[in-house]
Amino acid sequence: MKKNFRGLFFTPYVLWLGMFVIAPVALIFYYSFFDIHHNFTLSNYQEFFTSGTYLTMTANSVLYAFLITLFAILISYPMALVISKLKHRNLWILLIILPTWINLLLKAYAFIGLLSHDGLVNELFQFFGLPVQHMLFTDASFILVAAYIQIPFMILPIFNSLTDISDSYIRASRDLGATKWQTLTKVIIPMTMPGIKSGIQIVFIPSLSLFMLSRLIGGNKVITLGTAVEEHFLTTMNWGMGSTIGVVLIISMVIVMLLTNTKRKRRRA
Amino acid sequence: MKKFLAAFIAILAICAGLAYGSNQLTKSTGDTGNKVLNLYNWGDYIDPALLTKFQKETGYHVNVETFDSNEAMYTKIKQGGTSYDITVPSDYMVQKMKADHMLIPLDKSKLKGMNNYGSSFMNKSFDPGNKYSIPYFWGTLGIIYNDQSVKPGSLTHWNQLWSKKYRNDIMLIDSSRDILGFSLISMGHSVNTTNSTELVAAKNKLNRLSPNVKAVVADEIKMYMAEGEAPVAVDWSGEASEMMSQNSHLHYVVPTEGSNMWFDDLAIPKTAKHFKAIYAFLNFMNKPENAAQNAEYIGYSTPNMAAYKLLPKNVRDDKQFYPDQQVLDRLQVYSNLSPQKVQEYNDLYLEFKMHH
Repeated sequence: MKKNFRGLFFTPYVLWLGMFVIAPVALIFYYSFFDIHHNFTLSNYQEFFTSGTYLTMTANSVLYAFLITLFAILISYPMALVISKLKHRNLWILLIILPTWINLLLKAYAFIGLLSHDGLVNELFQFFGLPVQHMLFTDASFILVAAYIQIPFMILPIFNSLTDISDSYIRASRDLGATKWQTLTKVIIPMTMPGIKSGIQIVFIPSLSLFMLSRLIGGNKVITLGTAVEEHFLTTMNWGMGSTIGVVLIISMVIVMLLTNTKRKRRRA
Repeated sequence: MKKFLAAFIAILAICAGLAYGSNQLTKSTGDTGNKVLNLYNWGDYIDPALLTKFQKETGYHVNVETFDSNEAMYTKIKQGGTSYDITVPSDYMVQKMKADHMLIPLDKSKLKGMNNYGSSFMNKSFDPGNKYSIPYFWGTLGIIYNDQSVKPGSLTHWNQLWSKKYRNDIMLIDSSRDILGFSLISMGHSVNTTNSTELVAAKNKLNRLSPNVKAVVADEIKMYMAEGEAPVAVDWSGEASEMMSQNSHLHYVVPTEGSNMWFDDLAIPKTAKHFKAIYAFLNFMNKPENAAQNAEYIGYSTPNMAAYKLLPKNVRDDKQFYPDQQVLDRLQVYSNLSPQKVQEYNDLYLEFKMHH
């Protein structure tokens, strides 16, 4: 009786997993073994790992994703630290999360308005007598906008792990003579490592393939794997090659997961 | 939780009510059961007033669905499950769909007003004898410049784009065939070349252009140019006319050594069902007054010469969009390439985009 009940609750989960996780991933793997003439082949993989274009593109994507993640951490950590000490911290964190309710495309266009030749930032520069800067279509603007978009996803896990730390640890550290800096680096940061790691997992992989931003803000001067996937599916209709890049992205996600998931030492209460 | 649920249900109920109301309203003004025509068109690519007029004249209600690229349209029709009666493929896509048996030949005996079309726009390589397609709009690939930073009339050749004068000044439309195409033309080659040596040379020449390239963008190029983000762009004439209506400093020029000439054509996909409505619509669009009204609304160049004569004089005399015969003679139409060649064009184009 109890068993049947559990099975009943289990069915939607299994169905979901099968239809929306396993099947799509299996399809991507399946398609990646076919060339444009629908012949079964390994040539897509061979091409990917021997072509200078794809390898440079992969290196580029990893580099940009790394920088985006790094900046997201550098901005998010101090912010989360300050917010976690505030009185109405749940309200403040809500305000940080608020922009995620707005569509990504709208945010990108808002940044175009800010950074463009006659945009708000340049008007401000001119007001202070500075020359007009060309900010759109540069690496810096791409990383800035991408980091801005990813910051809420980085702050949340860090914030949660910060609020989980019991005050007694901090007090103990101060009692034992640690300076504020030592408390931060020896106690707080190590204890929030799980938060930072899940932040990296959420931010790094999507950053590998931000094709919309690389075109709108980067002016296609920043080429990531996402650009190539889009092209293979929409222009050349070479689904095999597009899927191969998809497989590479999935595998790199697994690698990032493994790297950031070194056996969690659970605190036992 | 209860409040939240109540609010949620209220929003759903209001939306459903409004949708029902709006459906009832459109029904009462139009829908007449089976008398429909399913048009699969590019977004905002027909004057809505013409659809109303067509319904008044013939009683057929036109359902419009839109697509944003030839490839998306091709995939959707190929996968089936649709019932489009008329679609609007570009030149090379007409050829591709024809080769894949996805188009139904036109029954010329049911068509009226086909002699309205100019001879420069008929019988093109992608559809000899216009067995499957009627030209809808046509245009060119060219250079748009802003007269605040570029002297009017000074930019007339593709090769000038490589000049040091235009460092970080040029925006390109994100389209592999067009960008490789103008590089090929500037070297005197055909835009339909399948010669890999010529293609690689064209890519290498483009690599030397990259210090001048500010960005490679898609539809946004119109907004950027209208806002003066860059002084020079390479784009299609149709997009140029939209930019120019927003910013009077912009001008369009077709380089003298030639360019690409593109067509969007009306064609009947194999999914078509309502043939009476289809021919009523094609004949309706062939009529000069309707084609002229459509051309004025869209702002693209019409291939219907009888309609052209009805356009205002300033439009007719605009050499940017209705160039002289000697320019027309130098324009090349894209033909459909094999999947391998499409891949080769795109791979080279990707390499150019990655070149800094």
